[in-house]
Amino acid sequence: MTATAMEPDRLAGARDDRVATRPLLARLISRPEVGSLIGAIVIFLLFMAVAEPFRNVANVGTILYGASTIGIMAVPVALLMIGGEFDLSTGVAVTTSGLAASLFAWNFGLNVWVGVLLALALSLAVGAFNGWLLLKTGLPSFLVTLGTFFILQGVNLGVTRLLTGNVASSTISDMDGFDSAQKIFGSEVSLGPVNLKVTVLYWIVLTGVAAYLLLRTQVGNWIFAVGGDAEAARAVGVPVRATKIGLFMAVGFCAWLSGMHLLFQFNTVQSGEGVGKEFIFIIAAVIGGCLLTGGYGSVVGASIGALIFGMTQLGITYAGWNPDWFRAFLGLMLLLATIVNLYVKRRADLR
Amino acid sequence: MTTTTIEPRQATDPAPPLLQLDNVGKSYGNVHALRGVTLNVRQGEVTCVLGDNGAGKSTLISIISGLHDYTEGAMRLDGQPCRFASPRVAQSSGIATVYQNLALVPLMSVWRNFFLGNEIRRGPLRTLDIKRMKRICAEELRRMGIIVPDLDRPVASLSGGQRQCIAIARAIHFGAKVIILDEPTAALGVKQSGVVLKYILRARDAGLGVIFITHNPQQAYLVGDHFVILKLGQVALDARRDELTLARLTTEMAGGQELEELGAELRGETGQRDGPAARTEKEER
Repeated sequence: MTATAMEPDRLAGARDDRVATRPLLARLISRPEVGSLIGAIVIFLLFMAVAEPFRNVANVGTILYGASTIGIMAVPVALLMIGGEFDLSTGVAVTTSGLAASLFAWNFGLNVWVGVLLALALSLAVGAFNGWLLLKTGLPSFLVTLGTFFILQGVNLGVTRLLTGNVASSTISDMDGFDSAQKIFGSEVSLGPVNLKVTVLYWIVLTGVAAYLLLRTQVGNWIFAVGGDAEAARAVGVPVRATKIGLFMAVGFCAWLSGMHLLFQFNTVQSGEGVGKEFIFIIAAVIGGCLLTGGYGSVVGASIGALIFGMTQLGITYAGWNPDWFRAFLGLMLLLATIVNLYVKRRADLR
Repeated sequence: MTTTTIEPRQATDPAPPLLQLDNVGKSYGNVHALRGVTLNVRQGEVTCVLGDNGAGKSTLISIISGLHDYTEGAMRLDGQPCRFASPRVAQSSGIATVYQNLALVPLMSVWRNFFLGNEIRRGPLRTLDIKRMKRICAEELRRMGIIVPDLDRPVASLSGGQRQCIAIARAIHFGAKVIILDEPTAALGVKQSGVVLKYILRARDAGLGVIFITHNPQQAYLVGDHFVILKLGQVALDARRDELTLARLTTEMAGGQELEELGAELRGETGQRDGPAARTEKEER
């Protein structure tokens, strides 16, 4: 009893009395995802107030579906940004993956699963190439992935035109393995009045796995370290190259997952699709608290960022506003989120 | 300039050196960055390496810490010849380097930095054992007398001195035998420097061989047991503490004879050397 009573005094005596322990609230708001959480609540309340269909429970599935298609990519993009790199090719990489699976299976008359696996290998290779070239040349990832972005965009259009004479891949719904693949990548389950797409499940699982990886494993520590200070990380023995290439490959994997959903949801992939999506993924990650300079951020935050997008996209339609305003709204959200994050971070660190 | 070595050193100190550099040199093509450097680092001693910018201090650190290989001479750790292929190999051999500005990752918390690259994991999923790492980190810091109120704070919120101390404590905890401190006080104020110097002595008392790289002779003289001055990639002075005075060390560091000559030149009295430091130096030679 006496020993425990003594303890706080002894500890208090050992502390530097100029630095008080930070209050719980300060510690809570110093978390990177806090800005996105506040944003999500505000957006939710706004559309609850102004858009009548938003209040309909049946629409939850639609909103979550929109959020999930962004979230599946925003999660690996957030990890990559925490690791100090940037990927502008993510939007078209999704299209590349879908096209590769479809065109390969269709042209050789193979089981679609063969195409699916080939697309996986291709997507991982694109990611590995981005990472490898970046580390080999020492160029900023902005330039390297801008190059990949244009290459993939051109190849998507060119190869599709060459093989089909068209701007979209041919319908593959009557081919072997399509039904089983559609079950995996494009099915839907009903929970009461809510219809949930399988992508929502993938999104939630990915968020959980990535958050665990980032905060509770050695690899997560490495990701923060290579993004925060690659030289310091190298000096204590962190495999900087492997970590960065791995992050680019994780983006590739998720691009494949998104691409497969695209393909098996619509049977066909438009070759010009995906341009501009990369910014949406990056914005979601930034809203979620990721710094453009790396070393700081949150996967859960990025997922909340994706949720904000899902809500806004549909909320604008549900409210009967002109959807032209969506992009302007995005830009505004991005600026607000960055300012809020910056402000909150400064306040919290000072306490 | 000739090497000023005073002979009875070997006789007074029988302890074998932990790390030994024997005529080590490093050339980059035609440039000889380092030539014939002989250095003995002993357990429980602070070896100060002094030198102006470009004297070869960084090259020397790179060789010992495994960033670069040497091209001449031999390096021995515990009497065994060694060549480090990478910083990782040097570390696992017990050589830790605390760099002036790339010691820690600023946005990561204290405990994550402390265990970076050496994370403790448990269970089938190899989960980070955060509780244990925080506990060990707190214990180690307290043992070194470093007070950090919140281990979850980013390292960027700590003072420069505290950061250096955390890096030193980390090196000691992970079993370093030799610790290289690359100008740890260069960016610090007087008080913060004092704190770091205190931890240098603690590291020495913990039984490490400390290599303290600095260009400040006053600070070196406060903690050093053994002094080596590098000039143009060569050893210009190699002496034990009892063979030196602070004034002598300062003069040598500031350029010694060259400075005298410069002073004479500036006074317009070229060739005339009558300063007391110059006289003692002449006698010793």
